[in-house]
Amino acid sequence: MLCRTASELLWMARHIERVDNAARLIDYAHHVALLPERSGKNRVLAQSWSGALQALGVEQSFLDKYRNLDEKSFLQYLIFDQANPASIWSCLYAARESGRAQRGAISADMYQDINSSWLRVRDMDWDGLNAEGLPQFLDWVKRRAAAFRGITLGTLVRDDAYVFLQIGTFIERADYTLRLLDMYFGETGTQPSAEADSVAEYYRLSALLQAISAFETYRKIYRDTVSPARVAEMLVLRSDVPRSLAACTTAIYKSVEGLAHGKAPELVRQCGALASELRYGDMESLLASGTSSFLKSVMSRLHAISDGITEHFIEPTDIVAS
Amino acid sequence: MHADENTVRPHYREFANWLGETSAARLERKRHEADLAFHRVGITFTVYGEKSGTERLIPFDVVPRVIPAGEWSMLERGLRQRVQTLNAFLKDVYGEQRILKSGLIPPDLVLGNTQYRKEMCGIKLPEDIYSHISGVDVVRAGDGDYYVLEDNLRVPSGVSYMLENRKMMMRLFPELFARQAIAPVDDYPDALLDTLHSVAPAGIEKPTVALLTPGAYNSAYYEHAFLAQQMGVELVEGQDLTVVDDTVYMRTTRGLKRIHVIYRRVDDDFLDPEVFRKDSMLGVPGLMRAYRAGRVNLANAIGTGVADDKSIYPYVPEMVRFYLDESPILHNVPTYRLRNADDLKYTLEHLPELVVKETQGAGGYGMLVGPASTKAQIEEFRARILANPAGYIAQPTLALSTCPTFVESGLAPRHIDLRPYVLAGKEVRIVPGGLTRVALTAGSLVVNSSQGGGTKDTWILEAD
Repeated sequence: MLCRTASELLWMARHIERVDNAARLIDYAHHVALLPERSGKNRVLAQSWSGALQALGVEQSFLDKYRNLDEKSFLQYLIFDQANPASIWSCLYAARESGRAQRGAISADMYQDINSSWLRVRDMDWDGLNAEGLPQFLDWVKRRAAAFRGITLGTLVRDDAYVFLQIGTFIERADYTLRLLDMYFGETGTQPSAEADSVAEYYRLSALLQAISAFETYRKIYRDTVSPARVAEMLVLRSDVPRSLAACTTAIYKSVEGLAHGKAPELVRQCGALASELRYGDMESLLASGTSSFLKSVMSRLHAISDGITEHFIEPTDIVAS
Repeated sequence: MHADENTVRPHYREFANWLGETSAARLERKRHEADLAFHRVGITFTVYGEKSGTERLIPFDVVPRVIPAGEWSMLERGLRQRVQTLNAFLKDVYGEQRILKSGLIPPDLVLGNTQYRKEMCGIKLPEDIYSHISGVDVVRAGDGDYYVLEDNLRVPSGVSYMLENRKMMMRLFPELFARQAIAPVDDYPDALLDTLHSVAPAGIEKPTVALLTPGAYNSAYYEHAFLAQQMGVELVEGQDLTVVDDTVYMRTTRGLKRIHVIYRRVDDDFLDPEVFRKDSMLGVPGLMRAYRAGRVNLANAIGTGVADDKSIYPYVPEMVRFYLDESPILHNVPTYRLRNADDLKYTLEHLPELVVKETQGAGGYGMLVGPASTKAQIEEFRARILANPAGYIAQPTLALSTCPTFVESGLAPRHIDLRPYVLAGKEVRIVPGGLTRVALTAGSLVVNSSQGGGTKDTWILEAD
């Protein structure tokens, strides 16, 4: 496969995943806005808005553009703003452009799917959004992302194109889960507490779970109240939870190992080491030197893996293939 | 479609019957369905001069253009003959130059032509083929004969519309295909791949083919991606290729991989900055070295533009006699060469009746259609001709075939032309069909999509 194709497909998958994440964060903020006043709604609401911007890495650029963080500016920025690379508009545009450029490398069904999603968002505006209803629109976005993953699964031959799409999806997903964990636990310095100590905290935690669509999963696995320590454990160690760090890094490891065909041993080792530490570790020792430093270390190892993939497969030195 | 107002030509009878049974509302619904499907599938082209990235659909008309078997077999023989001749001409002008020595064509017309690439002299090409893919634009005139408007031998486009229009018609109106035998066109990508394989450098058993595109913002990018996918070859840009030891490689995730045949959809000027335009970012430095060394083949060859230049066009019938010793099957449109004083004088006196074209223009840009132009437009063009008479040719407007076409007011006759695609490698192959372009404005003769023309499916009947 062409190096350029590999790069475009990897980014295409990342953008689709990002669209999904943005929709979930907006959806949560919207839910919070519907809570009764006495639950500390306004504080939680503002937190969920700024938290969403933080998790998408665009808080500063938002503040550079808008004076006040209110619902309309928040939604405008995250849904329609063409200058915001994390907006739903921008991510779908980028994914569709990659798809258009690489339509030979993906299945026709995949291109038609991303193209029709794009055509709809292109024609959507603030009035259209109000007419349709925000929850309906966000549901649609999430369904589009899910449909694209499903169509990929069901129609794309398992060649390198598939592998690079997988790598893009899981790097973006791991990155997103890390950002969410950092947002909720990064400031605590020590380990997450065993019980939620206020209603506000309960909402923050359920927000976290909903933002990765794992609220029901949590209930199913723990059959217990929502506790910070258990939520952290689930999102780090549980490899059966699709958006946990263990699940994402294991998927990255498998993809990279298959791609390497016995080459790039150092890169494969890095992927394997990270995956097994997260999968077979325990929270106490992982968080021994503080939650924040643990998350930073995983983030930097993930970046190193991402750089390694670029160096070996996307911008390799010119050597004639045997 | 009609011989006169009251009779339907026999090969259109089945379609006319069907049309009679089909309600206007159903047709309208189908037209709408076609538009939606073209958008979703993303069959678009980019219009030059508009904001970059503006994608448009080429209007698709649901009324097919039908050609009976007998007419097609004559056309096919004519196309084969014409493309063989043009390839022989290209081999000659980059080799022995017999035709120039014979005095049949003034040497300066060829050697002084901007499309003549002296870098091609002395290169031996596989099978002696220069134009592997030719799109020959023909029209059927009132007398029932076919005339060649121009020979497109550089990077002819539009074949994806031939294939997609057929797919669309079969999807919209499957019952029509059950009513009569229409020759299939879907083997074109296979035929193209075979042709490209057959002209690989000598001694290569399993050649690797790639399609070179200028990139996703080129007007014909959809077609490039479509053909690459249909043939199962890599779609590459200049930046994906590199030349090492006069050998062309593409950069893959597993290292450099050699390429033997490049179906290039990039113009000569941009192919190799070492030889042609130095500022080209679309090409591959060193490509010409590899080509000259016979380590890679290009389809079409560099320098084919000298054979489809409008100043050379008037000589093609003579060439047929010269190279093949046959009489030409397809007609040329009578052409006034404005480099000749007599022709210039006649043309200037008859501008309102004539079509005047730049010898090196393409795509319907830079032409005057006398009968459809205002006095002011004609006068402006007169000044341009006088400034450089040799840069123009003039032709009478033919009484072109029309075909019923859906327009705002319902079905109405509109002028059409036809671009069949001729593949030349070890053998010459022509898929029975082509791209029918239709002028959507009443009376207009300009069918180019860049000028608002549309397309139709083209049916070659398997019986008369």
